Amino acid sequence: MIELTGGSRAGSVSAPPTRWDYFADRAFRGAARGAAWLIVLLLAFLLYSIGAKAWVGMRTHGVGFLIGSTWDVGRQQFGILPHIWGTLYSSLLALTIGGFFGVVMAIFLTQDFLPPRLAQVFRVIVELLAAIPSVVYGLWGLFVVVPAMRPIADALHAHFGFIPLFGSTLSGPGMAPAALVLAIMILPTVAAVSQDALRLVPYKVKEAAYGLGTTRWEAILKVMLPAASTGIFGALVLGFGRALGETMALAMLIGNSNQISLSLFSPGNTLAALLALNFPEAGAREVQVLMFAALVLLSITLIVNVIGDLIMARSARRAGARA
Amino acid sequence: MNGRAAAGASEIPGVARLERSPFQGRALRSLVLTGGVWLAALIAGVPLVSVLYLLIVRGGSRLSLEALTALPPAGFEMGGGFGNAIAGTVVMVGIAGLISVPLGVVAAVFLAELSPLSRLSRAARFAAKTLTGLPSVLAGVFAYAVVVLTTGSYSAPAGGLALAVLMIPIVVLTAEEAIRAVPRITRDAAYGMGCTRTQVACKVLLPTALPGILTGVMLAVARAAGETAPLLFTALFSSYWLFDGGHPHLMQPTASLAVLIYNFSGMPFENQIELAWAASLVLVSMVLVINVVSRLIGRPRT
Repeated sequence: MIELTGGSRAGSVSAPPTRWDYFADRAFRGAARGAAWLIVLLLAFLLYSIGAKAWVGMRTHGVGFLIGSTWDVGRQQFGILPHIWGTLYSSLLALTIGGFFGVVMAIFLTQDFLPPRLAQVFRVIVELLAAIPSVVYGLWGLFVVVPAMRPIADALHAHFGFIPLFGSTLSGPGMAPAALVLAIMILPTVAAVSQDALRLVPYKVKEAAYGLGTTRWEAILKVMLPAASTGIFGALVLGFGRALGETMALAMLIGNSNQISLSLFSPGNTLAALLALNFPEAGAREVQVLMFAALVLLSITLIVNVIGDLIMARSARRAGARA
Repeated sequence: MNGRAAAGASEIPGVARLERSPFQGRALRSLVLTGGVWLAALIAGVPLVSVLYLLIVRGGSRLSLEALTALPPAGFEMGGGFGNAIAGTVVMVGIAGLISVPLGVVAAVFLAELSPLSRLSRAARFAAKTLTGLPSVLAGVFAYAVVVLTTGSYSAPAGGLALAVLMIPIVVLTAEEAIRAVPRITRDAAYGMGCTRTQVACKVLLPTALPGILTGVMLAVARAAGETAPLLFTALFSSYWLFDGGHPHLMQPTASLAVLIYNFSGMPFENQIELAWAASLVLVSMVLVINVVSRLIGRPRT
């Protein structure tokens, strides 16, 4: 199947390596080691270049930057509390919707609801959902989700306005459409990782449950989900991490207004959207504080992702111990 | 684990009959939940269908040779297109590929074959994993700090670097997996014939793992082509051709499809919004075709 060194010249196959071969081997191994170093250095350099540029902003603005809530370039006042709030709030909302549907899709695709071939087709469709660029989702949200949501939002506000969640009308872009589109974008991540977690549970466990006389759903809810719970939790954390860093759909849909509100329909802002919208026209001073904001976003996502990876590693180890 | 299964089973009242009537409480609940899962799956499919429908209807109606080749229109102008944006996207993804593919594949050989358990490999794997979770806008911030602030201008290489940062971890991790999947026996046979490690890597591992590596590269390309956030403030946008009068203007702001869609979607002009939909159709078709082809290449042969 595999040709070694030009199979026709049988003599050359068994010849000892020439000096050139030794040299090439050394050079290639050196290059490979260098490439591996470059990957590590890339991450280090990325952290350093953002951190170093943020350092000046950190010294001048300090903690006030994290708890301030005005962003006024003219008066040189910068605070990112509304952005941190908006990032966490929109991601949590997206996680509740996208996480639910993601886990349900994972159950749907792994627990024999479909013939294997059809399940494979659906799996690819879910993955294609992830392939659509976020700017296209933003465009779709702007011209489909927002107009569709407006009458519902205004009716909810009119009847249930006393509940803080419905405390304002949807006057265009806002938290709810942004979170909904964000949910669609993290659904594939959650579904894919949860599927892996469910597949790690040995089939005999489910057979044992069936053997005890459970219905299909008793087997899923009381045996499969608890057994895969670590992995599914990891999937949710990774989905949350994706939601935190997602930029374009939010920049287009969230309304970019620096306020902290529980209302689903009021506009907000996120860290990623702040970076995307302010960098193109930023002066030197603003670049410093934007770098600080980038560092905050970087820290939040890194922590969430590392936690998610640790949980996934743990669930894989457990599955290994079980098998 | 087994304890939980037993606890679930202990709730079963008694095993009088082996067949359940579908209207018995437990069976009914199972039926209802199955219906619910089907419903949820259908709801989850709605966005994809809706996006594709609108792309084809709204984007397709505006798509023409002019849209694909002309320069973007200004304010109240009618007509126009996004030819320079297509060119810009291709050039920047090309730059990103030139950086990330050689680096990623060679690093993957190191991780998978040359020294898989070393501390360096573990560190590199961790770095690659961390970079996969990096928000794309931060790759833009990095390229902005490194290229834009140093050279003093928005440019195609700056955008390319930002995209490369996003492509490298995908290429490394998928290529490593593909190389690892080459059977132990195959590489042992090569070593047994006296091959140097380089010969094993270049003549046995890489050719055998090529489909898997290509899948990873194409997935990375598809991801990079659709990215907007890292390009917004590294390549910016431009209404002119990247190549003008036979000379490439690489060190100037460069248009891309993704940024064009973003810019035009916020404009109050119907013409621009139509163009944004048409550009989305082109972008999504590119991305989906690359995705599907990469899957066909990487499909395990039976």
